[in-house]
Amino acid sequence: MTKPLIALGLEGSANKLGVGIIRHPPHPISSFKPRPPAEILSNIRHTYNAPPGEGFLPKDTAQHHRQHVASLVQQSLAEANLTSSDIDVICYTKGPGMGAPLQSVAIAARTLSLMWNKPMVGVNHCIGHIEMGREITGATNPVVLYVSGGNTQVIAYSNQRYRIFGETLDIAVGNCLDRFARTLCIPNDPAPGYNIEQLAKKGNILLDLPYAVKGMDCSFSGILAKCDEYAAQMAKGTLTDPNTGEKITPEDLCFTLQETVFSMLVEITERAMAHVGSNQVLIVGGVGCNERVQEMMGSMAGERGGSVYATDERFCIDNGIMIAHAGLLAYSIGQTTDLVDCTCTQRFRTDDVWIGWRND
Amino acid sequence: MPTDLTTTIPAPSPTTTHVLPSPFTYSQPAPVLLTQGAEALVYKTHFLDPSTPAILKFRPSKAYRHPTLDARLTKQRVLAEARVLVKLGGVGAEGDGLCEVNVPGVLGLEWDVGRKVKGAEGAVRVRRTQGQEQGPSQRRGQSVEERVKEEEGGQKGAWILMEFVEGRSVKESLRGVDAYVKRRGEATSQEETARMNEEVKSLMRRIGRAVGAMHSRGGVVHGDLTSSNVMVRPRAGKGLNGHAEQRHEEESSSISCPDLKGEIVLIDFGLATQSIQDEDRAVDLYVLERAFGSTHPRQEDWFDAEVLQHQDGYRGSFKGANVVLKRLEEVRMRGRKRSMIG
Repeated sequence: MTKPLIALGLEGSANKLGVGIIRHPPHPISSFKPRPPAEILSNIRHTYNAPPGEGFLPKDTAQHHRQHVASLVQQSLAEANLTSSDIDVICYTKGPGMGAPLQSVAIAARTLSLMWNKPMVGVNHCIGHIEMGREITGATNPVVLYVSGGNTQVIAYSNQRYRIFGETLDIAVGNCLDRFARTLCIPNDPAPGYNIEQLAKKGNILLDLPYAVKGMDCSFSGILAKCDEYAAQMAKGTLTDPNTGEKITPEDLCFTLQETVFSMLVEITERAMAHVGSNQVLIVGGVGCNERVQEMMGSMAGERGGSVYATDERFCIDNGIMIAHAGLLAYSIGQTTDLVDCTCTQRFRTDDVWIGWRND
Repeated sequence: MPTDLTTTIPAPSPTTTHVLPSPFTYSQPAPVLLTQGAEALVYKTHFLDPSTPAILKFRPSKAYRHPTLDARLTKQRVLAEARVLVKLGGVGAEGDGLCEVNVPGVLGLEWDVGRKVKGAEGAVRVRRTQGQEQGPSQRRGQSVEERVKEEEGGQKGAWILMEFVEGRSVKESLRGVDAYVKRRGEATSQEETARMNEEVKSLMRRIGRAVGAMHSRGGVVHGDLTSSNVMVRPRAGKGLNGHAEQRHEEESSSISCPDLKGEIVLIDFGLATQSIQDEDRAVDLYVLERAFGSTHPRQEDWFDAEVLQHQDGYRGSFKGANVVLKRLEEVRMRGRKRSMIG
């Protein structure tokens, strides 16, 4: 491409509605030089929070997205100081995610496409996270740990695909944390995981939890069940530290949960690194902005002579800019999605996407 | 243009050097680091005398883990690994020798190198280390007391010493085949391609069979089956007649294609458990299937037919294999975010 390209990205696979506008500077396809860095023109987000003790329901979340999408798009254009005619392509999340929220955003994307007469690109949510993480951190070929409320995967690139080396066998790690936050009735604002993290900083007693790593896969449902059991005992006041007899606090439970699940994540990541022979790790997804998991990962990568790449909440937590970025990468090699195919899907594997834009 | 992850990034050389725990700290010749796995550092060393090679698997404590959790996991795993290896080591080959379980033998272990051994504190340890190696202490210019202090101070982790396995891992072998095919390019004749494919398939069937034998007669699930954890050990005249041996040599000298013959040896039982549940066995196969597919995209399509379904593979390896394979289908469906077609 010899002219700059601008994409608008719409994300709404879970409780965050994100709109982002990105510009890729000109980069002729024949050039062997690396692509110049992308410019972020706007990146805004509106989050639907359920009351404490409850999770977000698809119906309510979809309604939230429908309510806010138009104003968010307008706000985003204003922030970028652009008009609709400057946009080259509209990118939206095709999946994976919750059905109803995905649908409402897909409808918004189709409407914009017809109104402005612009092509569309449907983007895999996970690929969005990975590509944005690579763009922001400059990691060239990392092992990716993608951890969020809906996904837990260890991914590495090979042969034009992001291949999944390990993943959760049941619930996602973020889901485990969120649901435990519900058990303890911790507020969902700004995020349940964030509030658990703050509590865990004050805890120091480690209780025994199941440790479920199977090769490069792991499982969290048993851990959640055990934690809920501990929480019930704590509520009755019968839970004490087996060594000192001290009463266990919610802080200790959060600490125990975090230490255990993050150890599992670091372990499966390390195993994938050893397996593919890489020493870079990139952490993406909402749980990835937890400082404890970043610290543990850094310690592990350091011992392997490598480094860890992580981003902050602007890019870790679901956002529109990553969808715009990944969509624009696909658009730059000529991929678009026809209007009739602009559907969404709750199940969309990371390794289903052909990564035509990488040439390694 | 490299198309594969592992060819673009060379295996990392560990920057942090670990001081090996006693009694390996000063063993001569010094243990050589072979690989840094996820859990452990694997060294080649010797057992009792330098002519008996041995593998030392040292699990240093993980700084990122909470000390309590780390101690619990390290101990659990090293003990489980040793128990499983001892159990499988006693299984041996069945009548016809086709369905054999080969694993390295255990030579010794310690689950907590920092632990105070009753009756082996201070002075006893000094005498023990003195008796074992003379020289190194003068070489290092340290007093014995300093050495003991260094060895005991802050060292955490566990180790297991195992029999050395000759040969190459399946991962290296298949990579070797890929590289060979790539280098030869168009020059490979059809017969040669067919012959090589057949050899790869035969290897894959033997892997399936070995896993089946481990599951059935060993009563063990491996927990981390990957192509790097399966070795191909050249048969050193064992059970083969001279003629076969000769042909074998000719072949390997005329072409530089990796030799895929030999017996399958399963290694790295760090995550193994003793179980005869169909579910556990199926998950074990699922882990292998996934690891294999992501490491060897070129051979991925043969996996099901050769490793699993073939009569000389897993399916034929024991009576209950059919049930396990049936269960595997369910396990596959459980994989999250599977695209639902049909």
